[in-house]
Amino acid sequence: MSFYPLLIVLLLMSAVGYWFGSKKALSTVRKSSNFITPRPHQFGLYVVIWALVPPVVLGALWAMLQVTPIQMDTGAMRQIDRVVFPVILLLAAGAGLYFSILRINPDLRVRKTIEGVIYIVLILASIISILTTLGIVLSLLFETIQFFGKVPMSEFFFGLTWSPQTALRADQVGSSGAFGSVPLFTGTLLITFIAMCVAVPLGLLSAVYMTEYASSKFRSAVKPMLEVLAGIPTVVYGFFAALTVGVFFRDLGDSLGIDVVSESALAAGVVMGMMIIPFVSSLSDDIIMAVPQSLRDGSYGLGATKSETVRKVILPAALPGIVGAVLLAVSRAIGETMIVVMAAGFAANLTANPLEAVTTVTVQIVGLLVGDQEFDSAKTLAAFALALVLFIVTLCLNVIALIVVRKYREKYD
Amino acid sequence: MQIQADENVEAQRNADHGVIIATRDVNVYYGDNHALHGVSLDINKHQVTSLIGPSGCGKSTYLRCINRMNDTVDGCRVTGEIMLDGVDIYGPEVDEVLLRARVGMVFQKPNPFPKSIYDNVAYGPRIHGLADNKDDLDEIVLTSLEKAGLIKEVQDRLHSSGTGLSGGQQQRLCIARALAVRPDIILMDEPCSALDPIATAKVEELIDELKENYTIIIVTHSMQQAARISQQTAFFHLGEIVETGDTEKLFTSPSDERTQGYITGRFG
Repeated sequence: MSFYPLLIVLLLMSAVGYWFGSKKALSTVRKSSNFITPRPHQFGLYVVIWALVPPVVLGALWAMLQVTPIQMDTGAMRQIDRVVFPVILLLAAGAGLYFSILRINPDLRVRKTIEGVIYIVLILASIISILTTLGIVLSLLFETIQFFGKVPMSEFFFGLTWSPQTALRADQVGSSGAFGSVPLFTGTLLITFIAMCVAVPLGLLSAVYMTEYASSKFRSAVKPMLEVLAGIPTVVYGFFAALTVGVFFRDLGDSLGIDVVSESALAAGVVMGMMIIPFVSSLSDDIIMAVPQSLRDGSYGLGATKSETVRKVILPAALPGIVGAVLLAVSRAIGETMIVVMAAGFAANLTANPLEAVTTVTVQIVGLLVGDQEFDSAKTLAAFALALVLFIVTLCLNVIALIVVRKYREKYD
Repeated sequence: MQIQADENVEAQRNADHGVIIATRDVNVYYGDNHALHGVSLDINKHQVTSLIGPSGCGKSTYLRCINRMNDTVDGCRVTGEIMLDGVDIYGPEVDEVLLRARVGMVFQKPNPFPKSIYDNVAYGPRIHGLADNKDDLDEIVLTSLEKAGLIKEVQDRLHSSGTGLSGGQQQRLCIARALAVRPDIILMDEPCSALDPIATAKVEELIDELKENYTIIIVTHSMQQAARISQQTAFFHLGEIVETGDTEKLFTSPSDERTQGYITGRFG
């Protein structure tokens, strides 16, 4: 029996179990007891649990057994898989069903069983996400170690040239590859810095306007619009950056007699900043709203104007939260790929000049993995090393954000 | 000699219990909700006036009209006339921000800023430029804390956080903060409702001292408190003033049945 019919039969069995369970509970338990008893549907769920849990657990174990690399006689195994195993599952479900219905009586603590199952489901959900994260980090780590077997660590961390061309064939010449990641990180920092210069003031000021100055009518109309801005796919920002902003800056530079490349860090950074504005403003908005009204009243009551109140009471009180929001925005900017791929390009220049083209870590990861590559070549593995460093940087930023927020909170509450 | 002169001036001011705030036919609307119906009330200078009445009767709303704090509420509309020293405070030439410096306010829940004790008190003087230099500012902060009866408790920790004080100390800090901008009038919106009896007694004592130099209007739910500290009392009910007059007379021989009912605890 294949998977779907089996599933349908199991579900049908549990539906029948639910019906019988609640019916029996209604006829025997509720009538025989003077005390408050579990409700009939809870008995029904109890039966369903006993009908479904054993086959699901058995099925999961069986599936795990099949992906293990133990060599098994395939013919016999297939026979077991198709015929014997479904029968076992159905028998397990039937047994669970039968005995659980049989056991229904007023003293049966079905609520406890149901709570237990809910508890386990919740734990499983969180364990799955934690294990996935762990798995990703570990795979990054192992590939990175492999990478450092081919390219020395000192070159990767301190090398000033990035040119990840390795020879495809042994007789090829001229492309030994250079894996100095410094230009990538400086490029990332430059673009992130420009993005923050755009996003933090604009986002913060718009949040102040929204929370302190705008009427509630205006606010309820405009806030969803800002959130729409956050929902625009980054690809759209990308061609906006490449086709409009980049060209605009180049033309502007031309007219001023300044040499600006059309794939400048400035264009990518500015557009990325625009993208992050809703992120900063919506986080700061929540934080500013959370400053108690009593502080505003206190300030107004002393004859402070609105802007004095914002500058001297509200922003200082909201500062830890705002710092946290900005750091989160920084990690968002560092991890952003699409805009820079389209607007800033692949040229790994080591420069602090925002008018030149730079590239970022994420862009190079894309570049390394696009196209046909040997999986264990230094070029491919370099992507993992870059990703790991990126991950560590973002993690550190988030941790710092948390520490800052906590420290200030202790001081102010 | 300077001090002597000041005392004379103060003595003169104290002798004068004329009307400082005259309210005529004030109506307040929150959107469609008519919260205050034609309230008229005179407030005497250098006395404590208490506003009593059941919850939602409009006494806080009235209080917040006097320093135009209601302006900060969305959809709030005030009509009628509130004259402060003969000037209509809702008139076009009045800057409500400066008005609030002259009419200080203390709130129900102590609301010190998350700053140091010193910075809390210095907040108002800094904004209004009341001090020319650091020494001036120190002077203002220290005298304000002294007037609020807090100086002994905080003088060795002026630079620790104001939010770290106890509830009663926080409330007196808020009073000191209001005093630092040299107001004429102090509005208090149930200043003791979040305090324990001992802290309440201290604040009441303070209010009694402050009335020498300030006009105080206090909203309170405690009729004993109104009787203890105020000279004038106004009884609000359903957005109207039912009865107003000398505190002693109002509590001993009220002329209105509803006042009688409220002060004897039959409703409210």
